[in-house]
Amino acid sequence: MILYELLDYDTLRVIWWLLLGVLLIGFALTDGFDMGVGALLPFVGRTDTDRRVIINTVGPVWEGNQVWFILGGGAIFAAWPPLYAISFSGFYLAMFVVLAALILRPVAFKYRSKRESGRWRSTWDWALFIGGAVPALIFGVAVGNVLQGVPFELTPDLFARYEGSYYGKFFGLLNPFALLAGIVSLSMLLTHGAAWLSLKAEGAVAKRARKIGAVTGALTIAGFALSGLWLMVGIDGYALAGEVVTDGPSNPLYSEVVRTQSWLSAYAARPWIAVAPVLGFIGMVLTVRGLRSGAEVSTLLWSKLGIFGAISSVGLTMFPFMLPSSISPNSSLTVWDSSSSHQTLFVMLVSTAIFMPLILVYTAWVYKVLWGKVTEADVTENNETAY
Amino acid sequence: MELDIVELSRLQFAMTAMYHFLFVPLTLGLSVIVAIMETVYVMTLRPIWRQMTKFWGMLFGINFALGVATGITMEFQFGMNWSYYSHYVGDIFGAPLAIEGLMAFFLEATFVGLFFFGWEKLSKVQHLVVTWLVALGSNFSALWILIANGWMQNPVGAEFNPETMRMEMTSFFAVLFNEVAQAKFVHTVSAGYVTAAVFVMGVSAWYLLKGRHTALARRSITVAASFGLAGALSVVVLGDESGYSASHTQRMKLAAIEGMWDTHAAPAPFTAIGFPDLEARETHYAIEIPWVMGLIGTRSLTEEIPGINDLVAEAEERIESGIIAYDALMTIREQRDDTPAQIRESFEAHSANLGFAFLLKRYMDDPRDATPEDIARTAADTIPGVAPLFWAFRVMVGLGFGFIAVMVYFFWRSSFKQQSYPRWALRLAVAIIPLPWIAAELGWFVAEYGRQPWTVDGVLPTALSVSHLSIQDLLLTLAGFVTFYTVLFIVEIGLMLKYIRKGPTEDVEETDAWEARHEHRLRTHDGQGPFANPAE
Repeated sequence: MILYELLDYDTLRVIWWLLLGVLLIGFALTDGFDMGVGALLPFVGRTDTDRRVIINTVGPVWEGNQVWFILGGGAIFAAWPPLYAISFSGFYLAMFVVLAALILRPVAFKYRSKRESGRWRSTWDWALFIGGAVPALIFGVAVGNVLQGVPFELTPDLFARYEGSYYGKFFGLLNPFALLAGIVSLSMLLTHGAAWLSLKAEGAVAKRARKIGAVTGALTIAGFALSGLWLMVGIDGYALAGEVVTDGPSNPLYSEVVRTQSWLSAYAARPWIAVAPVLGFIGMVLTVRGLRSGAEVSTLLWSKLGIFGAISSVGLTMFPFMLPSSISPNSSLTVWDSSSSHQTLFVMLVSTAIFMPLILVYTAWVYKVLWGKVTEADVTENNETAY
Repeated sequence: MELDIVELSRLQFAMTAMYHFLFVPLTLGLSVIVAIMETVYVMTLRPIWRQMTKFWGMLFGINFALGVATGITMEFQFGMNWSYYSHYVGDIFGAPLAIEGLMAFFLEATFVGLFFFGWEKLSKVQHLVVTWLVALGSNFSALWILIANGWMQNPVGAEFNPETMRMEMTSFFAVLFNEVAQAKFVHTVSAGYVTAAVFVMGVSAWYLLKGRHTALARRSITVAASFGLAGALSVVVLGDESGYSASHTQRMKLAAIEGMWDTHAAPAPFTAIGFPDLEARETHYAIEIPWVMGLIGTRSLTEEIPGINDLVAEAEERIESGIIAYDALMTIREQRDDTPAQIRESFEAHSANLGFAFLLKRYMDDPRDATPEDIARTAADTIPGVAPLFWAFRVMVGLGFGFIAVMVYFFWRSSFKQQSYPRWALRLAVAIIPLPWIAAELGWFVAEYGRQPWTVDGVLPTALSVSHLSIQDLLLTLAGFVTFYTVLFIVEIGLMLKYIRKGPTEDVEETDAWEARHEHRLRTHDGQGPFANPAE
């Protein structure tokens, strides 16, 4: 018997669909507050010391958090090569903007406090703002576009072609529904960043963060509800037609896809998935309440629940679709036809099973070592070494 | 050069990858050097070693930031710019990249924060472990990326699946233990060690020339010279191992590096200097050293190394075979459920050469339309640019031997001449700081340019690997990357120089107090220090 056949191909596909969710949610839960904190920086921090406190709340951890994003990219490449190939080239300019923002961020963290000049520091502060706000916005915009379908088609050689000019491809992304999704994701991560600052900072900084967070939290709830309504009435869904082969070769063109009335028909077919948006709402509402009352640890946890609920709603609503095509529905990528081979999925699962627990253990240890508030004294006493 | 999508994509990839590799080698080596210094600190408790750890650690941090930042681009631009490549080989190539994230990036990135922020929060031994984990993480990351790159040079453990129109993994262990990958890994990390050693040595030499921080600088040179000597020897030995494996895995690259047009009776000579001419297919004014090439390439006196002309003739045959495979593939696709058995057999027999048929796609949509002239022309395309490879390789090797000489000299002065260095040697150490970077970039140039016209050797041509983008898309991002990276580079160098000029924070009082206590302990046996309350 061949080792990798211990698990069926379709089981592995579902596992990797779940793992992709774990990685994306892991990214949003960890690096999400780094981005939120970056985007809040110019508004929450008034003085240089304020700002250094804010930056140092994420200073020792953002680098590890960002790996969730990089690993997300690597895992999509390894487990869902067509998704990696088509989405990243299809969203080419948007990806470039995200990259540019994310390249700015590490440099800004490291270099900001290495010179005394006020202009130097405020330039890097705005770089941190861009590095947090722009990706947070674009990730939401991308999700909004995926829900509407992306204009690509596959040739028989499985080469992906896109419709639209280069302006169209970028500005076409910025349609109303996608912008709404972008605002939801931005305000969600701003709230998450505020919850983090409320836990890790003190005094005026924490207070200002809570104040802004309560507003963005309310905005998130409204935006999330509105996009749900929009999906119900304004956006067509996708469905697989004919006999669905779940363990066939990964060739998207082998399956037939039709447009449906709405994505939300999934909730009629699988009512249990409603638990995801419900958890999302509960998390978001309790986050706002926590920010108002000044609760610290629990607020961060509720914010995590809100993000978990929101992201898994999208995934569960679309299942089994990953990247639907608006101009050639049959080219759409689904869980059943755009994975790696049986063996690669198995090898990757074994690697993940070995390393992911280790990662979680040592990450938890690092957070434990760094537990506690970052104070003004921490920054002023370690003027040389702190960010 | 014609500015089409393929050329622009190559230009952008070369630019971003080579820029990324300005920071990687220093990260690889400096992380280990810093860990060695901290180990000495924890073993001896001498404060000066902690000061060294912190000083070189800070320079490491400035460099690491840009390594991380530019590395993000690398992880994503396969999908952005090389969409068909990503689809076609993602089943194999994606795995090491993802494992790199799991095994290496998380390790180094999670602990690098504690390295800088954990001095007060951790015990000495805990902090030392953290530092070693950062070094380990950096080096693991090189392992997996070179397994991925090694597969592009020597695609083992995979076969084409006509159902999914892509390469799929048949043996993970073959990919993992690819001989090309293993040799490249040690060669590359050793190059990183040499880079960091030359850097530490050069900066320390500058301090000695200025008469600043001499105690710290002398100790740093000692560490750098011993570490660098081991690295420099390893680079050359594993470079030789790469040459040996290239003689049976990447024969065209090897022949091009040598400017060896015709197969020479074994053992082949090594052309030390010459002027390769692609038009005339000959190397002018060649100065040959008999036997050496045969010995390096085959480690025997009887095996032949094929020349370029023979390899082109072989490529012609493989193109013809590839066309048969392509024809069978089209039939398989049209009659998916009832493909005649003999078509399947014909495909199996020829599928290893399918990539050669794809080379024709540069000139025509359907490779089956190829005339004998097309085939001859395409076979000639399999010759990479011989002259640039020939020279890049020789400069790299020359530098490699130069580093050994420098390291031997400094190691000797450090071990047997009481760490005294003549001023000319210190000036030399400062002057050669940029050279390891040049050698490393040339190394990548030889590896990647030498593989052209393929992205995956013999499997997928570069011209077919790109995304469906427009010239404007690429011009915009290329201009963006160039501007952006230039600014960051200037900022980075500026900060490096600032902190080097400023020098380490030496707590002279602490060091002197420690020395006095140490002297006292050595001379007396009462177990009591000269101070009531020792700092440690």
